[in-house]
Amino acid sequence: MTTLRQSGRLTSGSRSRWLNADRLFRGGSGAFAFGIIVLLAGIGTLLFISSIPTWRTFGLAFITGTVWNPVTSVYGALPFIIGTLETSLIALVLAAPIGLLTAIFLAELAPRRVAVPVSFLIELLAAIPSVVIGLWGVFVLSPFLRGTVEAWISSTIGRYVGFLAGPSFGVGIFAAGVILAIMILPTIVSISREVITAVPNNQREAMLALGATRWETVRKAVIPFARSGIIGAIILGLGRALGETMAVTMVIGNNTRVPTRLFDQGQTISSQIATTFNEAGVGLQTSALITLGFILLIMTISLNIVARLLVRRVAGDGVGQATGG
Amino acid sequence: MAVASRSIPASLVRSGADRRRALIDRLFRSLALLAAVICVIPLFLIVAYVVINGIGALNLDLLTKAPRALGVGGGAEAAILGSIQMVALASLMAIPAGILAAVYVSEFSHRRSATVIRFSADVLVGIPSILMGIFVFTFLVLPFHQYNAFAGSVALAFLMVPIIMRTTEEMLRLVPGDLREASFALGVPTWRTVLSVVLRTGLPGILTGVMLAVARAAGETAPLLFTALGSRLVNVGDWSKPMDALPIFVYTNARQPIAALNEQAWGAALLLLMFVLTINILVRARTWSVRSR
Repeated sequence: MTTLRQSGRLTSGSRSRWLNADRLFRGGSGAFAFGIIVLLAGIGTLLFISSIPTWRTFGLAFITGTVWNPVTSVYGALPFIIGTLETSLIALVLAAPIGLLTAIFLAELAPRRVAVPVSFLIELLAAIPSVVIGLWGVFVLSPFLRGTVEAWISSTIGRYVGFLAGPSFGVGIFAAGVILAIMILPTIVSISREVITAVPNNQREAMLALGATRWETVRKAVIPFARSGIIGAIILGLGRALGETMAVTMVIGNNTRVPTRLFDQGQTISSQIATTFNEAGVGLQTSALITLGFILLIMTISLNIVARLLVRRVAGDGVGQATGG
Repeated sequence: MAVASRSIPASLVRSGADRRRALIDRLFRSLALLAAVICVIPLFLIVAYVVINGIGALNLDLLTKAPRALGVGGGAEAAILGSIQMVALASLMAIPAGILAAVYVSEFSHRRSATVIRFSADVLVGIPSILMGIFVFTFLVLPFHQYNAFAGSVALAFLMVPIIMRTTEEMLRLVPGDLREASFALGVPTWRTVLSVVLRTGLPGILTGVMLAVARAAGETAPLLFTALGSRLVNVGDWSKPMDALPIFVYTNARQPIAALNEQAWGAALLLLMFVLTINILVRARTWSVRSR
């Protein structure tokens, strides 16, 4: 009797200790998991709080202001917003078609023994640190662009179109766009490849059975099916281009005036923060820079959410998880 | 591809329209091939230039000497030691945090909260890393009026956590439910099951994610600019003071109008590139071979 009860108590005692350990484990790991949400919310909140003095001083005119002058304490974000959008747009125009075609090549045309190593190399490109790409950009790519593409464009079309006129310095908006194109290619390729691979095979087989060529199959059966995911992949690339900092900082020329021509030197939101934040001191300039960061945060988060919803519609949950940023 | 790719046999191409279709198809294929070639070229160009320009500067001085306080000369010792320390501390913080968060999402959480956490992690990965630097600056640098290495580590850790969490979670989802049930049937409590069965089984995949996150953190510059700041002094173990890191070393030396310093930047960039590419090649080569099995 007694032994039984004792042993019974013992078991229940150790079981409850187990349950406590389980509860502790569950609670502890949960704290870290919800910590991720807290971190995201914390970034938004803190950046917003630090940006309040700027909104108080300039209001929404901060966004449209064209002058950034620490001496007179006048701050406007437009030169950097334009710089950011312009460089990202150049990157997109260059990288989207090439990236999409490459994704189609890898998913639809290339045999495995070609597709596997090529995908591998493209993933390696994504792994190169931004500052290393920037170093190459400023010492190799920019001088090359200046002597070839920029010189050619400004001496031909540039004579008639002011936007494309010289002088070109190598470093500038255009070079930053080209660097960004290189950096967002892996994002666009790997995610659109996964999206295209997720298209059911009977789509293709039906087209091929009707006697369609590969091109017709891709155009009429594969791309329509994967369209929203491909758009998502391109938007994710755009998101990466908007926020990319070091490489752009090194090749854009760091000029705070509103760029009016393609080969002008300029500044993006992130490069302006990178180059001037440390000298800003505590006060309105720091707040203005953090406000730039807040604007960038809103831009990238909204693009990211849209893009991920689009990609998820085609290819499900797990695609493209570690390919952002 | 399960579907065989073959162009239309020449014997079937008769009418002009068919010939045009075949021509367009061939054009499309060559364009796609060309695009793939263009995609791969930058990697080779960048690696080639970094190796050619960096190999001369990558000598014993660069590895073992501190930068001179004034003028040109010395090496990247401060940066190398700084990178090792800050990435190590960041890993110490981020690896357990990321893995535990993943355990919660895959083993304990409800569907809806799992979706929200996963989504937050994805959005975090997409946030520009420079904003992580500003974020940490506002609460770990500003209140103390002192750039410090600890803030740098925290910024790197924040970048690593969502990456580690997402890759670990993918791996845990691949662990068969049978294993968990077998463990429960033996009366093993949940925490023990997770540690000894689930995490054990997923370990190789988790390591992959962790290594990629470490490589990513080692190459990051932007989050360190306003936290660890960089320094010309060798700093070992003083977390309350500024510390140098290899990416910062590359950045600052590249922006000096002095050829000798630029050369050091190339040398440090080569060092960084070798580290990052080695990890990536090792890890991804294994992942690919597993996937293709």
